[in-house]
Amino acid sequence: MSGIVQAAMPNLIVVPVLLPMLCAGVMILLGEHWRPLKLVLGTISTVLGVLIAVALLRWVNVNGPATYLVGNWPVPFGIALAVDRLSALMLVITWILGGAALLFGSSRWHRAGVHFPALFQLELMGLSGAFLTADIFNLFVFFEILLAASYGLLLHGSGESRVRASVRYVAVNILASSIFLIGVSTIYGVTGTLDMAELAARLSKPGVPSRHLVDAGAALLAIAFLIKAAAWPLNFWLVPAYRAATPPAAAIFAVLTKVGVYSLVRLWNLMFAGGPLAGFGADGLLVFGLGTAILAAFGMLASHRLAAQVAWGVVISAGTLVAALGTRAEMVLGGAIFYLLPSTVAAGAAFLLADLIDRWEAGTTIVEEAPFLNAKLEDTSDVNLDDEEAPLVGRPIPASAALLGFAFLACALLIAGFPPLPTFIGKAAMVSAAIAPATQGQGSGARGAIFATVILGCGLVALIALSRTGIRIFWSGGRRQPPVVRAAEAVPVVGLLALCGLLTVAAGPTMSLAHAAARSLRDRRDYIDAVLRANVSASPTTPKALRETPR
Amino acid sequence: MEVVLAVAIGVLTASGVWLVLRPRAFQLVIGLSLLAYAVNLFVFSIGGLAIDKEPILVDGVTPNLTNYADPVPQALVLTAIVIGFAMTALLLVVMLASRGTTGTDHVDGTEA
Repeated sequence: MSGIVQAAMPNLIVVPVLLPMLCAGVMILLGEHWRPLKLVLGTISTVLGVLIAVALLRWVNVNGPATYLVGNWPVPFGIALAVDRLSALMLVITWILGGAALLFGSSRWHRAGVHFPALFQLELMGLSGAFLTADIFNLFVFFEILLAASYGLLLHGSGESRVRASVRYVAVNILASSIFLIGVSTIYGVTGTLDMAELAARLSKPGVPSRHLVDAGAALLAIAFLIKAAAWPLNFWLVPAYRAATPPAAAIFAVLTKVGVYSLVRLWNLMFAGGPLAGFGADGLLVFGLGTAILAAFGMLASHRLAAQVAWGVVISAGTLVAALGTRAEMVLGGAIFYLLPSTVAAGAAFLLADLIDRWEAGTTIVEEAPFLNAKLEDTSDVNLDDEEAPLVGRPIPASAALLGFAFLACALLIAGFPPLPTFIGKAAMVSAAIAPATQGQGSGARGAIFATVILGCGLVALIALSRTGIRIFWSGGRRQPPVVRAAEAVPVVGLLALCGLLTVAAGPTMSLAHAAARSLRDRRDYIDAVLRANVSASPTTPKALRETPR
Repeated sequence: MEVVLAVAIGVLTASGVWLVLRPRAFQLVIGLSLLAYAVNLFVFSIGGLAIDKEPILVDGVTPNLTNYADPVPQALVLTAIVIGFAMTALLLVVMLASRGTTGTDHVDGTEA
């Protein structure tokens, strides 16, 4: 296995982009027929994707960052794709969540509209590309690819509320893209490069020309990323869009906000972790991140539908991560990278679970029926909590109801971040690092204390909101038929939650991996070296004698 | 030349922002288009404005930026134009769908 990976590097890096692209192409050609074939294709693609992502993670964990030169152009002239620990971790999460959502969707949601499997593969392609690219403008292009696919996925199933949410979602993202472009071109105008590694190398030297323009460009880029990451006050588009989206689409959207966070973490660390511009904007990130988390916690309290609460949970985790970046402490960043993994997986699982619970509450036992709830996507059944509370003592609990109950419990604890689940471990790592006495002049006491208070407080509020929902759904829902859950729906939810359980068991190695990722992010040299020293492979027309000599 | 371009970008941006803040579908689409024009001009101008610089390599002219126009912003702006055009087209489709399902061209889907 490792021999194959060794031989395939660095070409393996580009496979997570090409594989879904080819699959999507084939799926579009197949049209609306051949659904089982498309399902098989999609499954093969996601399984391969997960395997490749894991192989890349193992490879970079041993050998350090690796670079693939697109079109074999040398670095400052062409586009480079680079993979390091953070990119590989994001890839693993994306593909696992993608696989789970695809399986879930194959039960019934893929029939709700056209081209669902193809759009799904394109979404995975855009996400993979955004995590892999080492070029700012190419990052813009991959953002557009994943956004274009996400517009299609959001509109999947149609219906008034989805269309209304889409109008705002598309408009806000087009606006964000314009801001992104202004930021990219400002940075290119000042520094003369678009390559992230080259940019970092130039900015780490003393005497940066027109540093205020660099700051302005970086701030504009950060605004674009913060819009994607749903940071307050630019996040009011998110919840209507995510709660309106079909559940498999919403599950993959859970990664979408993390793309904004990832880009912020990547670029901020490359540009401002050290050198003459060190620390630019950290206060802003901290304030916006904490503001986001607080707003989202109250949003969660104020909403009733589980899908909306989960969407606010996604915003809480995005805010937590942005604020963790703003503390400027490497140990906090390490904890944040760990926290990112289970919080994303849990949000995905919770979106899927919300669909099963919605169906149960609506009293639908026929899973074959077309998956439109109603035009407004609102619960039509009049659930009065206080009337006719039938005593439940002695009645056997159907296995499917128990499954939903346990899955809900796990999701609620994961989103709120309570022990023994891995989001708690991530939060504990962040908080303990944030309030630890400053040893190297990093992370002053007040910042850490505010960060810790807000993060823990948000967890408490989230727990209150979710337990209220749990009581409403499971304890006071009145007499209902036992839920009908298909294997294709139960397996992804249980699988994702089991993955979170696995993260608790393997918390030690995962945490050291996350800290290693944070260390190399802060240090930057590995990444810069890997990209700038990437060798152009010899062309087939080069004489053999020349081909052997290293360049 | 710089002043004219700067004023043009500024006017386009200001009009675009104003229109984006308006509630109607048509205003939103035109506003986003104007913003996209402004951004495209900005991207194009970031390589520096010049007259009579060679766009492609010519024999006997030293290949550096004093003799040639910067090719990167041109490549960037082409990509940006294409993507912006596609996204605007997609927004129009969503707007039409919204007009069809909600019966209004208000961006919130209701007049209230």
